[in-house]
Amino acid sequence: MKTVIFYNGRIIDPANTDTPHRDEIRVADGKILSADGDAPTDALRYDLGGKWITPGLIDMHVHLREPGAEYKETIASGTAAAAAGGFTAVACMPNTAPVNDCASVTRHILELARGCRARVYPVGSISARSEGKALADYGEMKEAGAVALSDDGLPVLDSQLMRRALEYSASYDMRVISHSEESSLSRNGCMNEGETSTLLGLKGIPAAAEAIMVFREIALAELTGVAVHIAHVSTAASLNLIREAKRRGVGVTAETAPHYFSLTDEAVLGYNSNAKMNPPLRGTVDREAIKEALADGTLDAIATDHAPHSDLEKEVEFSLAANGIIGLQTALPLTLELVRQGTITAEMMVKLLSSTPAAILGVAGGSLKVGSPADITVIDPEKCYRFTRDGILSKSANSPFLDWQLQGKAVLTMMGGRITHSELSPDIS
Amino acid sequence: MDTEYAFRHRHILGIDQFSEADIYHILQTAGSFKEISNRTIKKVPILRGKTIINLFFEPSTRTRLSFEIAAKRMSADTFNISASTSSATKGETLIDTARNLQAMNPDIVVMRHAYSGSPHLLTKHIDASIINAGDGTHQHPSQGLLDMLTVLEHKGKIQGLKIAIIGDIAHSRVARSDILGFTKLGATVHVAGPATFIPPGIDKLGATVCRTTKEAVEDADVVMALRIQRERQNDPLIPSLREYANFFGINRKLLENARKDTLIMHPGPINRGVEMNPDVADGPQSVILDQVTNGVAVRMALLYLILGGEKNSTDGK
Repeated sequence: MKTVIFYNGRIIDPANTDTPHRDEIRVADGKILSADGDAPTDALRYDLGGKWITPGLIDMHVHLREPGAEYKETIASGTAAAAAGGFTAVACMPNTAPVNDCASVTRHILELARGCRARVYPVGSISARSEGKALADYGEMKEAGAVALSDDGLPVLDSQLMRRALEYSASYDMRVISHSEESSLSRNGCMNEGETSTLLGLKGIPAAAEAIMVFREIALAELTGVAVHIAHVSTAASLNLIREAKRRGVGVTAETAPHYFSLTDEAVLGYNSNAKMNPPLRGTVDREAIKEALADGTLDAIATDHAPHSDLEKEVEFSLAANGIIGLQTALPLTLELVRQGTITAEMMVKLLSSTPAAILGVAGGSLKVGSPADITVIDPEKCYRFTRDGILSKSANSPFLDWQLQGKAVLTMMGGRITHSELSPDIS
Repeated sequence: MDTEYAFRHRHILGIDQFSEADIYHILQTAGSFKEISNRTIKKVPILRGKTIINLFFEPSTRTRLSFEIAAKRMSADTFNISASTSSATKGETLIDTARNLQAMNPDIVVMRHAYSGSPHLLTKHIDASIINAGDGTHQHPSQGLLDMLTVLEHKGKIQGLKIAIIGDIAHSRVARSDILGFTKLGATVHVAGPATFIPPGIDKLGATVCRTTKEAVEDADVVMALRIQRERQNDPLIPSLREYANFFGINRKLLENARKDTLIMHPGPINRGVEMNPDVADGPQSVILDQVTNGVAVRMALLYLILGGEKNSTDGK
């Protein structure tokens, strides 16, 4: 395999304090090399012309739908979309059919992921069949390759079970990821509760439905001394609780999704089911609070909650439409918008989309440290384009950002030294 | 009316799609059609050869009959379909239903459905015009318009009036259409009910939220009650109908606070003795049956305007 050299780019590698690169990134045999010394004369050289080069992006929250709903997405199509969006790794949630609650399903997922265009990190379920009644077999799933635990899509309503999940998971060093929702408050709800739900006559989900459960998870993390991760935070109320808990030293981390800082519940107007997800899009105050929390470190990660659905689930009455939107190919441009607005720096963006998710999941990647796997994303922050149905590599096109004019794109993605997506050509030697 | 005015709506989904001029044009057209219903031969050929389907996914007596009479008095051919909303879960989707109807080439589909926004979905899959005859807890635009026509007839104006609406605002499609319509025409709409019935942000739609029914009906020109249900979808809203009647029901004593000539309205069907006492519903100020009469006229106007208005009326001669 030829050595690959990326030069003349802006290296953004905030987590790598050991072996900072100055001028170029050199790759061979699937690993990042030191740029000291002469490069082989036959190396493939990429002139990045000022584009950004970062550790491969890691999406810690996706739904790949396989096994069970291959008509919506497969591991192959989902990872292709990931690569095109600049991601080199994704953590897939266990709400498949069957639920990933045992080693055999975990192994099956990893077999299907072999040869795909992104690393796949299975997340096992917290409870058997995600029914919220009994613990799943964490140890066996860990051995098979699962990296974390979640009943995502459903809240764990039984507090004792959640407590035991935190305690028991600690033996295997697997982070428990909470889908925080008090479902007696959100029951039958299909969008954020507020002025827009009143106008549309749709049953609302109040912010308190999320915050109540976030508070419980914090209390349980404190009780057990085991860190918990809060998925897809959407409200200011939850962020205040997380911020205060972190200040007290409680082990809590949290992610949000690009739609929560890019849209408000007004996107639902016209009964747009591509703006329906759970938790729902919130109001302006919440959206601004998400940005503030990304800036001040209350939020640790940006994850897409990529949730493919076909027209069968989406082209129906709004109240009956499935929750969720795809996000792998829009996360980067939407996050770059925050960089352009000055909300976060490019370095913070790389931490949110790569280094911190790697640390929370305990997986490789997140830095361009010499010797680490060559998971690399090259970003053209200037590139402007229209996000259209034709450009979607996912099997589903349920995105509220369809036909948006976007700025910023992954123009080359490399996973373990293999180019998984490229719009760049090497120099002609 | 401005001679330049043209009615430019293909579908009727909600009152918020209308300008003030649109609403007055509809009311004026409806007013001019009322006379037809008083003739010995209650039929004009204006919509001869037009096909109108009443697609009702929810039970309805009054609204469906009103649309059917309106269509028949204008010589349209009408067909009623009572579909079960549960058919969605049994396999046939709303879009399949729409496509099947489209294959029979109707001119208008009048639709009632249990879920908000369903008529909006239908418009994307069918060429016919859609009239929303009530969608979930969203809107019931023809009801809003007939309420406005009734008030206009009795008060001579709408601008500057105080309209009080008492009851379950949160789950009422009539309340939303009335709030948006009356405020667009310059009236103020005051709402009251137990807080479980007052949805968040209703003030942003133009309503003034009152703490008590007394405050809402004080000097009101119109007092309207909404039909009450105790519980919806496992959501406890009020403890009992008796307690509701005691504290929020419309009775003579409460009406002492309203104007002497206040109009009493109700979209029906009434729970007598719950949201409204019989002596109020049947009293001299009640215009509840005028609402029903005006419903036919308003629906005639909507069918007529949607199908091209003045242009078509000459074809029918």
